[in-house]
Amino acid sequence: MAGEAGLEITDLAVHYGPVRALRGVRVTVPRGAVVAVLGANGAGKTTLLRAVSGTLRFHRGGVTSGTVSFGGSRLNGSPAAAVARGVVQVPEGRRVFARMTVAENLRAGALGVRDRTKVAEARDRVHSLFPILAERPHQRAGLLSGGEQQMLSIARALMANPSMLLLDEPTLGLAPMMAARIAATIREINEQGTSVLLVEQNAAMALGLASHAYVLEVGEVALSGPAAELAASDEVRRRYLGVGTPETDRPVGIGADAPPEATPRPVRTLPRWTA
Amino acid sequence: MTTFLELLVNGISVGAVYALIALGFVVIFKATEVVNFTHASLLLAGGFLVAKLHPALGFWLALAAGVAGAALVGALIEFLIIRRARVGSHGVLAIVTIGVDILLTTELTREIGTDVLALGDPWRDQVLHLGPIMIAETRVVALGVAAALITAFLLAFKFTGWGVAMRATAEDAETAALMGVRLGRVSLSAWAVAGALAAIAALFLCVFPTPGLDRSTTAAAMKAFPAAILGGLDSTTGALAGGLIVGVTEALMSGYQSQLAFLGRGIGDAAPFLVMIAILLFRPAGIFGTKELARV
Repeated sequence: MAGEAGLEITDLAVHYGPVRALRGVRVTVPRGAVVAVLGANGAGKTTLLRAVSGTLRFHRGGVTSGTVSFGGSRLNGSPAAAVARGVVQVPEGRRVFARMTVAENLRAGALGVRDRTKVAEARDRVHSLFPILAERPHQRAGLLSGGEQQMLSIARALMANPSMLLLDEPTLGLAPMMAARIAATIREINEQGTSVLLVEQNAAMALGLASHAYVLEVGEVALSGPAAELAASDEVRRRYLGVGTPETDRPVGIGADAPPEATPRPVRTLPRWTA
Repeated sequence: MTTFLELLVNGISVGAVYALIALGFVVIFKATEVVNFTHASLLLAGGFLVAKLHPALGFWLALAAGVAGAALVGALIEFLIIRRARVGSHGVLAIVTIGVDILLTTELTREIGTDVLALGDPWRDQVLHLGPIMIAETRVVALGVAAALITAFLLAFKFTGWGVAMRATAEDAETAALMGVRLGRVSLSAWAVAGALAAIAALFLCVFPTPGLDRSTTAAAMKAFPAAILGGLDSTTGALAGGLIVGVTEALMSGYQSQLAFLGRGIGDAAPFLVMIAILLFRPAGIFGTKELARV
């Protein structure tokens, strides 16, 4: 059992061959917290999760400096070891085992767990969180809808009894209602005692869930702080919440993509292309 | 009619042995996506061990040693070469396996020389009479053993943790790793299983009515390639179907060779490959192979 310390990422640098993806990244997820990592495409969000879960090598990447530790001791970069320590990642794009049934997907999620009673308990928990999965154990996962696949993907990760869940864009490509439902489930999972590191482009949803957030830009932490402060910050609002000025303030709801303001500020453009 | 039935039963039993070889081939492909061309030499290694050890150990112990030995050779190839080969493409790894196969086969054929080695099996040349049909006992045993092993494997794939890990890895290795599956172990076990199956197949390819194990045994093993491919490289059911199709085709074409004289002699040996080509023209992924399907 890990100690009281949660996930600590210290001065992390990651390279894919000659390409630097992360530099000097410090992220802390205290035990029991939900922490969000925001950023545009290519900012290094997924890379950060890969470094934690130990799957960089699948993409020919590697940690070149810094450390990732959980519960006070280092994670050694092997995915199986991370799972054994209770750090489990839900990959981006759901990636359910499409040719296997719902029940088999859940079983695959529990492959790292030896104790059968724990597996049975995890299955009960998952079935109560996602009743639809309990109703369709023999359905092929590939035939589920996108939202159901996302539920299965989260459920599969929960089968390993994680104490730290890494979620990579869980609402990507989902209808707003389904995204809101996934968000509510993440909150429920967290209330049951699982810490969550949530990577999202849907900043409104992420900041609604998280207590603390980091903004990654081109592989570095550009901003960090309590989620409420970031949600109120002009910079984050403009860039990630689609809100221009504090005067056009509107409540930031879960899954509610704020519509563009009435009098938008000039949109930032790439100088190279507009020169 | 009697001839036809005899040929059919013989074809099915030889086909079941091909299916065993094809199954090993498919298991490796599923676990590692490597097309394993060392399979013929694994088979030769297993058979060779049985042939060399049976005078001292007796048949059953020698068979156990042959199976274990071939499994070990398979595991070693995975551990020493495949795992360490830092190449990006599975195609390159397939070529690496051709190299390993050439090395192993050369050494083994050097050891075998021009001998024809008996495997010391207890069935010898006994023949079973089923009404008008005559069939070698070895063929009946081959069919029974192959059917039992294939059933056991299909059940294991479906129901055991090993099977689930294997299928998860086959579908998406990175995600399987995220579930805590140790990919190295999955791959190692696949190679060991393939070696063990190859050794059992070697036994049945070398007993009566075949004279014994000799340097041409690898050629017989090669017929399992079309079996695996036409069934679908990633399908265990396909390995079974492919093995049976190849076995029956070969038996019937050889049996009715005199009526097929216009096709030339030795059509039986070429038939499996012709069937493979014909099937691939209509089903490029093989009969049971997975077509790329994805919901996005």
